[in-house]
Amino acid sequence: MRTTITVNGEARALDVDPRTTLLDALRETLGLTGSKKGCDHGQCGACTVLVNGVRINSCLSLAVMHDGDEITTIEGVGTVEKLHPLQTAFLTEDAFQCGYCTPGQICSALGMLQEVAENWPSQETVDLAGKITLTDDELRERMSGNICRCSAYPQIVAAIKSYAGDAA
Amino acid sequence: MRAFTYERAESAEAAVKAAAETPNARFIAGGTNLLDLMKLEIETPAHLIDVGRLPLAQIEDTAAGGLRIGSMTTNSHLAADARVRSHYPVLTQAIVAGGSAQLRNKATTGGNLLQRTRCAYFYDTSKPCNKRSPGSGCGALEGLNRNSAIFGASHACIATHPSDMAVALAALGASIETLSPSGAARAFPIIELHRLPGETPDVETHLIPGELITAVVLPPPPKGGQVYRKVRDRASYAAGLASVAVAGGNIALGAVAHKPWRAADAEAVLASGGSPADAIAAELAGASGNGRNGFKIDLVRRLAPVAIDQANRGRP
Repeated sequence: MRTTITVNGEARALDVDPRTTLLDALRETLGLTGSKKGCDHGQCGACTVLVNGVRINSCLSLAVMHDGDEITTIEGVGTVEKLHPLQTAFLTEDAFQCGYCTPGQICSALGMLQEVAENWPSQETVDLAGKITLTDDELRERMSGNICRCSAYPQIVAAIKSYAGDAA
Repeated sequence: MRAFTYERAESAEAAVKAAAETPNARFIAGGTNLLDLMKLEIETPAHLIDVGRLPLAQIEDTAAGGLRIGSMTTNSHLAADARVRSHYPVLTQAIVAGGSAQLRNKATTGGNLLQRTRCAYFYDTSKPCNKRSPGSGCGALEGLNRNSAIFGASHACIATHPSDMAVALAALGASIETLSPSGAARAFPIIELHRLPGETPDVETHLIPGELITAVVLPPPPKGGQVYRKVRDRASYAAGLASVAVAGGNIALGAVAHKPWRAADAEAVLASGGSPADAIAAELAGASGNGRNGFKIDLVRRLAPVAIDQANRGRP
């Protein structure tokens, strides 16, 4: 089935079996293996990408559902030659061990910071009418869809805070 | 995943028509639950009708002083809506208590209502399950049933409905609007959407085949406080063991039945001036456990009165 998605700024025409998930289209059809397949059931967050700027689990979505959408994967966030400041913060804070969850963590964090900028609430938001402050509790709650089996969570929180503080 | 064909519906009318004309067709919107189940071949549709881009994602004020929520509104957008946050905080609290941010960004209002149970026996295709495979038996009845129902269960099924959002909607007295394959629109209370399992736990709602949920309608906010409280095994991103939504004098319980459980007996005690503890005790008179889930009765006995007190104090 034919579908066209824009990936990291480039329009890509696909002809895929309707069963193909967005994740498999990215990894297997387009060769963008930065997005990882952890559980393939939306439980681990390793496959997190940005669709029209919003973070989703690419394993729980079909490629054909994204005709015309703009997808950003870790390959579009930064490159080896030109790291994104959040990637640099992950290096500086030692925010990974094996690195398998890292592309999903970084895409998720970028989506999360946009959600905070738009004042979307979380279950840690006490005052639903107020301006959200990215406390550690807010940050941890908002990143709960991304699992790190090396348990680098303290460093991941530090890296995101470091980047968010610099960006603010 | 079994092979299927796919189409994107151009209108709600076209979607229900396609559903009526195509054998074994399913609507797909966010897809977060359906695709998970399709990968496990628990759901095996032959045809998917994508309704995710239908123009049903608006939240509008109603003439009655409530809100009409288009069924394609994402969980995230609904929870973040300023009107919902200020007038229906129990709904925002319930939504952000469910799933992860990534799931809520994709999951829709209609799909959330129609998500299927997380019962381990439903998910394990090597085990009997009357919901997945009618007539095969219920593995949970005498099995690992820690998260099973304590209200309204049957000998055929003790599964629970997993939605948090639906519990808040039940307490708020919401209704849903649908479009039938015949083209007829209808509306009915959300508490009448889901069925108790009875002898046919595979039939989960009162929707007719091919009927599409187009909107959820909230009445004006009830007088009194609102709160949603949820207890689970992890602090975040885990299904509930029990939850309670309070909206004024209305009480609904979650993760305890095959549907969001409107606690009518508790509401009657509260309305006649009884204490929250007495009210919940009255409701729990109708509860029963199946072994490992018996703790849920004590859990609700402790959780729900605290939530009612919290709502009465007016705290969010």
